[in-house]
Amino acid sequence: MFEYMGDRLSKAIKNIRGLGRITEENINDAMREIRMALLEADVNYQVVKEFIASVKEKALGMDVSASLKPDELFIKLVKDELVELLGKEEVPLETNKTPTILMLVGLQGSGKTTTAGKLANYLRKKHAKKPLLVACDIYRPAAIDQLKTIGKSLDIPVYEHGKTSVNDIVSEALSYAKENHNDYIIIDTAGRLHIDEDLMNELKGIEELAHPDETILVIDAMMGQDAINVINGFNDNLHLTGVILTKLDGDTKGGVALSVRHLTNVPIKFVGDSEKLDGLSPFHPERMASRILDMGDILSIAEKVEDVIDEEEALDVAKKMKKGDYDLNDFLTNLKQIQKLGPLEKILKMLPQARNMGLNNVTINPKDLKHIEAIVLSMTMEERRHPEILKASRKIRISKGCARSVEEINRLLKQFEEMKKMMKQLSNGNMKMPF
Amino acid sequence: MGLFSKLKNLVSNKKETNTEEEKKLDLYDSGLEKTRESFVSKLNILGHTFTSVSEEYYEELENLLIMADIGVNTVAKFMDRLRKRVKEEHITDTAYLNEIIIDELFIIYVNNSYLSDKINFAKEGPTVLLFVGVNGVGKTTTIGKLASKFHKDGKKVMMIAGDTFRAGATEQLKEWADRTNSLFYGKENADPASVVFDGLKEAKEENVDIVLIDTAGRLQNKVNLMNELDKINRVIAKFIPEAPHETLLVIDATTGQNGISQAVAFKEITNITGIVLTKLDGTAKGGIVLAIKEEVNIPVKYIGLGEKESDLETFDIEKYIYGLFKDLL
Repeated sequence: MFEYMGDRLSKAIKNIRGLGRITEENINDAMREIRMALLEADVNYQVVKEFIASVKEKALGMDVSASLKPDELFIKLVKDELVELLGKEEVPLETNKTPTILMLVGLQGSGKTTTAGKLANYLRKKHAKKPLLVACDIYRPAAIDQLKTIGKSLDIPVYEHGKTSVNDIVSEALSYAKENHNDYIIIDTAGRLHIDEDLMNELKGIEELAHPDETILVIDAMMGQDAINVINGFNDNLHLTGVILTKLDGDTKGGVALSVRHLTNVPIKFVGDSEKLDGLSPFHPERMASRILDMGDILSIAEKVEDVIDEEEALDVAKKMKKGDYDLNDFLTNLKQIQKLGPLEKILKMLPQARNMGLNNVTINPKDLKHIEAIVLSMTMEERRHPEILKASRKIRISKGCARSVEEINRLLKQFEEMKKMMKQLSNGNMKMPF
Repeated sequence: MGLFSKLKNLVSNKKETNTEEEKKLDLYDSGLEKTRESFVSKLNILGHTFTSVSEEYYEELENLLIMADIGVNTVAKFMDRLRKRVKEEHITDTAYLNEIIIDELFIIYVNNSYLSDKINFAKEGPTVLLFVGVNGVGKTTTIGKLASKFHKDGKKVMMIAGDTFRAGATEQLKEWADRTNSLFYGKENADPASVVFDGLKEAKEENVDIVLIDTAGRLQNKVNLMNELDKINRVIAKFIPEAPHETLLVIDATTGQNGISQAVAFKEITNITGIVLTKLDGTAKGGIVLAIKEEVNIPVKYIGLGEKESDLETFDIEKYIYGLFKDLL
């Protein structure tokens, strides 16, 4: 279950295996590695210290009976504690009031404007809301243009009044929303430092004027130890109701999530996981804990697969697999599905097995997938159904059609045959599915 | 302890002279004030709480360095070296240790390498500076500030809007061009490499001295976007073989351990010649640049200390450490 964690950490935990008793001495190595893992994930130093102390105390009091392996018990304890810290219960966004008012705040460059667009899109899609975006960043050059462009691409209205006073813009937007029956108002504010008193007062002014139902802090997942100052700065001045963690599609571990909860008890409501305007997902503490401990994230892939793959198509392919008549047409369908999943290396990173196979740092050029697609598309239907008929002359024709070499075509055919063999084994139950 | 006495001199001479150097120090000073306050007062408290070097002292010191985002591995190595020195030099007094700490931090950064904070200007034709980095670090603002600086030096500056992806990015750069009297080339929704090509062509025709190329923010693990950057780079080199003369990686001072991954990944694709460390006017210490220098060997060239045109300074490691430790001296 946890061979797949950060390498050093899993080694340290393996050493606990087979022990009859958990003592301070025999978990010291593991505790040190967990501490390093958390610090490398940018979890706040103080939070790490308290976390380690609490895990240690609980581990020493653990009852290691014959049926439970101490190493498994130990890692379960660590993960449970992390999840506990990250907040077990989901706190959904306020959506029942009409109109609901939401304000986004945060440092410069944390991703407020993009997030505003994503939120509007999400609310319209999932809650059938009629959102209005309000442009209150009157400082950064072209910030209003940015929000307007996003609104236009989503076909969601944006209220702006140039660079006049923020309070005026907000009150005008509220009456505009009333007239136009917008039931969700999202206010995008200027990025500011948590120590900038003037700008913080401006936000307090909006709070007093509009009484937002949600004041959401947008925070960059790559943030380091200074996060504690930023979080406290905003939390001390405003009535924060939630946090959105952005840029989680990078390779950062995102330990700041842990600091947020521990320091403020404000729930994390969403994570931004792509640059596209539908790249906003609800926050899952379990997955975040796995990510911070570098344990792979199978659940997220499973969900992604469900999201993009048409169930009927998938069933169809599964039937063919079983019968053994999976052909290059099905392969093409699958290839397209895979491309929809997003960058393959991201998916590989989430697979715990990938680390063992040395695939966790593989980079895959999306062009390679395009080349494979081109090869298959240059074949006739007959050839796709019966690739065994492909002899030299046909291959040369295909090679000309797709501008890929015959070697490449051969390689693809070989891989396809191997894949077919593996699928037969899979569907006969001789092999376990990877997830 | 050469650095330490040098810093001391800088402070003691302060009231008698008022050179250009002094003014720069003041700017560093006020910009880093918030950063320094928390860091230095903690180090001072540390010195007061612990009069002798003990395990608790080490633990608190480690806490302090990690809180500055210096990086877990770098801090671990630093602590080892410090312990060794304390043992070899028989140090027991924490007051004396402060000097050694500063000294060792300096050594981490310099690390026997030749450091240049100067921009490598082209001998003839336009000097091309390319700006890269992840999303939201302040690439466009940095270009605006640098353009203003070069303009004041009497240079003819042109900006090229290579970020054709983010909504409003082109307008944002255009506004900076207007503010700083710079020429501008941009075309929304076009292929960034082609925008760069056309922009460079115009820059040559207009006899521009310095070309500043903005690029879209990209997370370093996105292969497509990194390939796009590679293409931009090739287009530039095709046009002017020795260009870009500088490729600057812009890093936000609030960045944690991911900064190292950023430096490694961008260096693989482009020849990063320096770092611009932005947003140092907050409470973030930007200590990750020490780890980046140690692990990836990229020096910092500029630091951003605010949102105004003039809030940009050439990086100077001595002043940076001085800014962090001033109250100690």
